[in-house]
Amino acid sequence: MAQLLYGGAGVVLFALGLWAFLVYTPLLRKLIALNIMGSGVFHLLIAIAERGELPPDPVPHALVLTGIVVAVSATALALAMGRRLEEDEGGR
Amino acid sequence: MTAGLLLLFDLVLVTTLVGLAIAALISPDLRRAVMLFIAFGLWLALVWARLRAPDVALAEAAIGAGLGGALMLAAARRAARRASANGGIDAEGGEA
Amino acid sequence: MKSAGGLVIGAFVLLLAIWLLWVVQTAIDIGAGPRLAEQAFAGLPATGVSNPVTAVLLSYRGYDTLLELAVLLAALLGIWSLGAASPGFQAAGAVLQGMVTLVVPLLILAGGYLLWVGGHAPGGAFQAGALLGAAGVVMRLAGDERAGLPPLAAQRWLVVAGVAVFVLVGIATMGLGAGFLAYPIGWSKWLILAIETAATVAIGTTLAAAYVGGRPWSHADVSGQS
Repeated sequence: MAQLLYGGAGVVLFALGLWAFLVYTPLLRKLIALNIMGSGVFHLLIAIAERGELPPDPVPHALVLTGIVVAVSATALALAMGRRLEEDEGGR
Repeated sequence: MTAGLLLLFDLVLVTTLVGLAIAALISPDLRRAVMLFIAFGLWLALVWARLRAPDVALAEAAIGAGLGGALMLAAARRAARRASANGGIDAEGGEA
Repeated sequence: MKSAGGLVIGAFVLLLAIWLLWVVQTAIDIGAGPRLAEQAFAGLPATGVSNPVTAVLLSYRGYDTLLELAVLLAALLGIWSLGAASPGFQAAGAVLQGMVTLVVPLLILAGGYLLWVGGHAPGGAFQAGALLGAAGVVMRLAGDERAGLPPLAAQRWLVVAGVAVFVLVGIATMGLGAGFLAYPIGWSKWLILAIETAATVAIGTTLAAAYVGGRPWSHADVSGQS
């Protein structure tokens, strides 16, 4: 039951992020949506790794740890690109 | 009894998590959206600590919420400044 | 957002979510299959570290972490190639400056602690690097234009340190005939610690430099420099 609850929360976060990613146009909103989508996937992996009485599986944990760092570096790169675009448009 | 309490605790954790995500996604004010996103990241770290993943919870609190939030806050500030330079039109980053 | 398109997208995403929920439900109903955790725990004594997550990151799946550091480096190169950094914030007032002088050493100390403790308890290179990066962010917010980072030439070395030490260790183990990143028993702990230390410095520098958000030099400097 608890596993379904946590796994389901991951799916819901992913779907919410996907919806917002498709619906909003500003870059920063898309990035927040993308990060929430990613968090949903990470959350699903963590929820799968936890299995009641057994110790949690370290392999998905390591995957998620790697994923978090990559997500932040991608966000930083996207923000830098957005800033460059703004500058080139001359403040629009 | 204990199992029921634990399930209630799980429910509170998960509903708050999803609620924060929704608030961060639909908040009309861009800066508030970023702050809600930071709160979401910190709450997510708490949930992961509950799921016995302390390593990942530490990383999410420090990298995902902390540094990611700082990056986005700087961007939100820039967007607000640009919007006010444009005479206040499109102030919240203009939803399509 | 308030258009019909938004509703259509919402309906599709809702269908997708229901389908995914069904998938998760069936996966849970089928029950737990075999998992890698048992193998990970069985091999733990040979890796020299007792935190299984660190063992997975730096011993079993060292390639992943090496390539991840390369991704981080590539992202920073992208940021640097997109233009010069904006000028820093105005210098902090006395109160903020006082807090910064307290907080930054504490962050560095906590980073070192997390790096060391990562071998046997929650912690490790990424968390420690994030704290170093946070120290840089705090310094930039308090008015330091370079986010506390050293001059450009040193910054370049620090940024590649993680990948460089990782690859050098890999080549050294290859030279010993063990294969790329196959640590000899007994050396494992110290090799992992060396890689983690370099990775911490590199991650901290990269994250702080990413927060600065542009290359830390102007074209005039480069033509004079190189």
